[in-house]
Amino acid sequence: MNRVLAREQLSNDVFLMRVEAPLIAQARQPGQFILLSIDQDYGERIPLTIADADTEEGSITLIFQRVGATTRQLAQLAPGDSIAALVGPLGLPTHIENFGHVVCVGGGIGVAPLHPIIQGLKAAGNRLTIIVGARNRDLIILEDRMRALADNLIICTDDGSAGRKALVTEPLRELCESPDRPDLAVAIGPPIMMKFCSETTRPFAVKTLVSLNTIMVDGTGMCGGCRVTVGGQTKFVCVDGPEFDGHLVDFDGMMKRLQAYRPQEKDALDRWHQDHTCRLTSQENT
Amino acid sequence: MSYQSPVLLAEEARTLRAQLAQRSDELKRKDRVALPMQEMPAQPPEVRRGNTSEVALGYCEDQARVEAERCLACKKKPCVDGCPVGIDIPAFITAISQGEYQLAVGIIKQTSLLPAICGRVCPQETQCQATCTVGTILKDPEQSVAIGRLERFVADWERENGEVALPAVKPDTGRKVAVIGSGPAGLVVAADVRREGHAVTVFEAFHKFGGVMLYGIPEFRLPKAIVAREIDTLRQMGVQLVPNFVVGRTRTLHQLLNEDGYDAIFVGTGAGLPKFMHIEGEDLIGVFSANEYLTRANLMRAYEKGKAATPIVSSRRVAVLGGGNVAMDAARTALRLGAEEVHLVYRRTEKEMPARVEEVAHAREEGVNFHLLQNVTRILGDETGRTTSVECLRYELGEPDASGRRRPVPIEGSEFNMPVDTVIVAIGNTSNPLIKQTTPELETTRWGTLVADENGLTTMPRVFAGGDIVLGAATVILAMGQGRKAAAAINQLLAQ
Ligand SMILES: Cc1cc2nc3c(=O)[nH]c(=O)nc-3n(C[C@H](O)[C@H](O)[C@H](O)COP(=O)(O)OP(=O)(O)OC[C@H]3O[C@@H](n4cnc5c(N)ncnc54)[C@H](O)[C@@H]3O)c2cc1C
Ligand SMILES: Cc1cc2nc3c(=O)[nH]c(=O)nc-3n(C[C@H](O)[C@H](O)[C@H](O)COP(=O)(O)OP(=O)(O)OC[C@H]3O[C@@H](n4cnc5c(N)ncnc54)[C@H](O)[C@@H]3O)c2cc1C
Ligand code: SF4
Ligand code: SF4
Ligand code: FES
Repeated sequence: MNRVLAREQLSNDVFLMRVEAPLIAQARQPGQFILLSIDQDYGERIPLTIADADTEEGSITLIFQRVGATTRQLAQLAPGDSIAALVGPLGLPTHIENFGHVVCVGGGIGVAPLHPIIQGLKAAGNRLTIIVGARNRDLIILEDRMRALADNLIICTDDGSAGRKALVTEPLRELCESPDRPDLAVAIGPPIMMKFCSETTRPFAVKTLVSLNTIMVDGTGMCGGCRVTVGGQTKFVCVDGPEFDGHLVDFDGMMKRLQAYRPQEKDALDRWHQDHTCRLTSQENT
Repeated sequence: MSYQSPVLLAEEARTLRAQLAQRSDELKRKDRVALPMQEMPAQPPEVRRGNTSEVALGYCEDQARVEAERCLACKKKPCVDGCPVGIDIPAFITAISQGEYQLAVGIIKQTSLLPAICGRVCPQETQCQATCTVGTILKDPEQSVAIGRLERFVADWERENGEVALPAVKPDTGRKVAVIGSGPAGLVVAADVRREGHAVTVFEAFHKFGGVMLYGIPEFRLPKAIVAREIDTLRQMGVQLVPNFVVGRTRTLHQLLNEDGYDAIFVGTGAGLPKFMHIEGEDLIGVFSANEYLTRANLMRAYEKGKAATPIVSSRRVAVLGGGNVAMDAARTALRLGAEEVHLVYRRTEKEMPARVEEVAHAREEGVNFHLLQNVTRILGDETGRTTSVECLRYELGEPDASGRRRPVPIEGSEFNMPVDTVIVAIGNTSNPLIKQTTPELETTRWGTLVADENGLTTMPRVFAGGDIVLGAATVILAMGQGRKAAAAINQLLAQ
């Protein structure tokens, strides 16, 4: 059993949770994730990135967006509650070294999985340009952390309510065109954003890492549900990834597969809403 | 073999047993051979395809007694040679014929720890029953003494009559053993090592214990309560069971040995990696590995719609590719999840199917359509990426090759299209590379299985392995047999 130690609401739909998990806190490296499930018998196993860890407290930090039934249930847990099952750290760690100048692009909730990678890159001596993008200012998370870690922070919003009114690909292109062309790009966010970031860097031959968020079940390479095509080969995101070379990923195929359970996910959410309408309205703004 | 009702089977057996009881003379060989083989009572096909309860109901006492009379108690015991763990088969069957069920279980448990499970899932027709004298005399191995059904009968009898004795555990030795994976291999090692008084911890990646017996083999073939019972016995023996722990990730083998104080390790991590066909369209929505489909259904309980949070597709027409137990389980699970049509596509003929004969018969009875000597060459989808059909190619048996086997050869131009919305790939599994990735000293074979000697010792000192991770996808009883050997070697190592 893994106890929730702290819970914080970062924006309307984004939550931060510190969870007791001493062994995972010790073992985890940037880029790795956990799978958790809220109910021992009937729960779904969902993957979340380990956004941070504290070995002294024996805890890991999860930052997640409320999108469907399981993330909603998770958001309702309070400090002291337990998570029925939590396993990790899973996936291959990010390869970290001193590349020189690295541009890190985070879209929406993608800033959370980017955080430990940025920490690692910083510690290895890289110079960091960080581009944070969101639909509007309320959806920007971890701004202070990013400011503290970045040598240069660029914020973009779709509506211009904070920073530049632009998509993250615009400053990314400018950077690639400039004499200060990055040695490496890391882009994490919605699949469509990762796809266009990869397209942006491709003509400049700037190697681009992306972290894929496919649907998962076991997370140990047993089911193949997380498979994607990378460079014409089938890869399992949970054991071969989650990070891949963005220039080789078949994003269109992956985006289609993410839709596989849309009807069932909607049903689950509707069911959840029916069960929780009253509780939800009283908790929405905590 | 066509379906017969359990009531009828029980009545016939009762009559026959009464007749046998009236005889004053000892049964002769030919009388025994002439006794009809007792069929396994089962739920009616049209009922069971709508539920997830166990299909095979098990012998009633009369059936068990009649079947036991068929055994000739051969001196040479050819059946024992066919059993991978060498159970003293004639001895336990004789005990059954004398009504000594507790004794019979005792005899089996000297060699096999999981008779309720092996009696249900062993491919008996290729093992103990393949070599049985009765089958040889009748020139039909399917008419052999039903050893597996008798084994199941006494194991169930013991469980239901509450006389399961907890294995004796010797006083604590202060030595510690880690078992990785809670499939049959791991469970058996845990029991055998714990009996010697060593502390045992079982680490399992999933949130529940039992390995493939839990997430792969469906409830309708192996009730999860039986597996749970075995886990419970281990717990009562003082074995520590740790779920949600991926060795190689949460802790490495080195850490377990050098930092956490384990004196020896057994790796029983199974053959977890599903094979795909590498054909066009395999990434379409609606294409699954059997592992994923069965895990969603079994472990995550997706068949309990409305309760389970894990979704599973609602299929109308399903194609299952393969001919083993995994394929049968996937096909029959799809029926139970409400598919209107299930088509099993297999490249060879029924004779070559590696599945248990009983499962093939049950699948047919339930209405699975068999497409033999056919193979899927492409999977086609619509513009949203959803599966719409498969393209199949027909095969015929070619000339016998050097080994005398007639291999299937494709018939050119015989492609045809079969509309389906779901494709389940069940063409086998290979070894999970996770532990290997994080433990470079562990040598593997060309197929990715771990290299181990006859005692299960790997290329790393104090690290043993067994089951599917060594054998490649095999069977429960073979995994168990290897586990016992490795446990004996571990016990020997720790006694030094
Ligand atoms: C390696 C990895 C790391 C991730 N890290 C984070 C993170 O740090 N923060 C975060 O907010 N999200 C993260 N995600 C995505 C997160 O797992 C999904 O948002 C979550 O599973 C949704 O569950 P739900 O029941 O609330 O929503 P659902 O209603 O089930 O689904 C909503 C959306 O989530 C996707 N999804 C559904 N089930 C899964 C599943 N089992 N695995 C992956 N995606 C699924 C669906 O495609 C759908 O678009 C990560 C995903 C992966 C693969
Ligand atoms: C659908 C299906 C039907 C089958 N039907 C039959 C049948 O009828 N008869 C028969 O005899 N055999 C059958 N088999 C085969 C049989 O189940 C296997 O041969 C047997 O279970 C192998 O046992 P094992 O102990 O080696 O491994 P498994 O049962 O595979 O167990 C391995 C366990 O290790 C865990 N694990 C893996 N990696 C790690 C790690 N790094 N850390 C911690 N834990 C880990 C896994 O989660 C799993 O629980 C079937 C298999 C399948 C898939
Ligand atoms: S364990 Fe399997 S092979 Fe051995 S006797 Fe029992 S059923 Fe036959
Ligand atoms: S070979 Fe058949 S008949 Fe002979 S002892 Fe074994 S089970 Fe009995
Ligand atoms: S999640 Fe099952 S193989 Fe990756």
